Amino acid sequence: MSTAVTQEQVEAVVVESLETFGADPSLITPDATFEALDIDSLDLAELSQIIHEHFGVELKGSDVAEVKTVKDAVELIASRL
Amino acid sequence: MSVAASSPQEARASASAASEEGARVRAGCALVTGASRGIGAAIACALAADGWPVAVNYRADEQAAQGTVERIERDDGRALAVRADVTAAEDMRRLFETAERELGKVLVLVNNAGVRHDDLAISLSDEDWQRVIDTNLTSAFRATRHALRGMIRERFGRVINLASIVGPRANAGQANYAAAKAGLIAMTKTIAVEVARRGVTVNAIAPGLIETDMTADLDGEMLSAVPARRAGRPEEVAACARFLASEQASYVTGTTLYVDGGLSA
Repeated sequence: MSTAVTQEQVEAVVVESLETFGADPSLITPDATFEALDIDSLDLAELSQIIHEHFGVELKGSDVAEVKTVKDAVELIASRL
Repeated sequence: MSVAASSPQEARASASAASEEGARVRAGCALVTGASRGIGAAIACALAADGWPVAVNYRADEQAAQGTVERIERDDGRALAVRADVTAAEDMRRLFETAERELGKVLVLVNNAGVRHDDLAISLSDEDWQRVIDTNLTSAFRATRHALRGMIRERFGRVINLASIVGPRANAGQANYAAAKAGLIAMTKTIAVEVARRGVTVNAIAPGLIETDMTADLDGEMLSAVPARRAGRPEEVAACARFLASEQASYVTGTTLYVDGGLSA
């Protein structure tokens, strides 16, 4: 994967996806938990697909299961770039 | 909440709108496994009549699959025969790749491919058990998993699993077939619940005795138990699949539609 992708770009895709899933934009912060945003396991499965399409990063169910907050997700994806 | 039309004119307008909704309104295709003959071929033709480009999957009978494609094309539909053994994971991947490259994202999936290898349980071999489970159940799971990825992104999808009255009902000599078909119904319900809020429906059709090559060797005893006193036609099953694939069926999910002339009533 190109090193040109920044953590900010990852964050932008994650935030946009969460909004698409119905999360209240005013509640989306790095420390917001997916539970508080009403993001469930199907949303996270779809987020994994979107991330794969955008950045070529493959996230498995077991990876995603550990992710609790927006920041966790962004850091996990960034670490795989 | 729907409100009944208050005048004949409104009722006609409403019926007309519903009719238009029945046709395909999405850019994508339908994939029917085991569509060279019988129920699968009839379903492929019915979906094509609603405007879906159809990937006609077959394993061995290329000539029959081409026959299904020609029937669709004669009626100004679009179809493509795609060879794949649905029990082979790599074949399944190629099947989707070909269908989506040539016809668009798979938004209607009909898991119809099925085989029978009957024997009493006491003498049923491991091979015959596994072949039926692999073809009739595991392949449907794999295809569904594949299709759902596109469907949930599209916020629209229709998965239709061809089950059977055998499974919910007993039929001596078909422990493997019954287990696979009952498994399909259980899988249908669970996956339906998982994806319902994405506009994706998952339903099963449970045909009874239908006139196909696969039932040609069944004796008349079963027929005498059918309240309708006749076997069904593939087109009668296909009509149900066409409905389940349509826009009108958007609130029908996780259910099993019995098409059996009253046999299971």
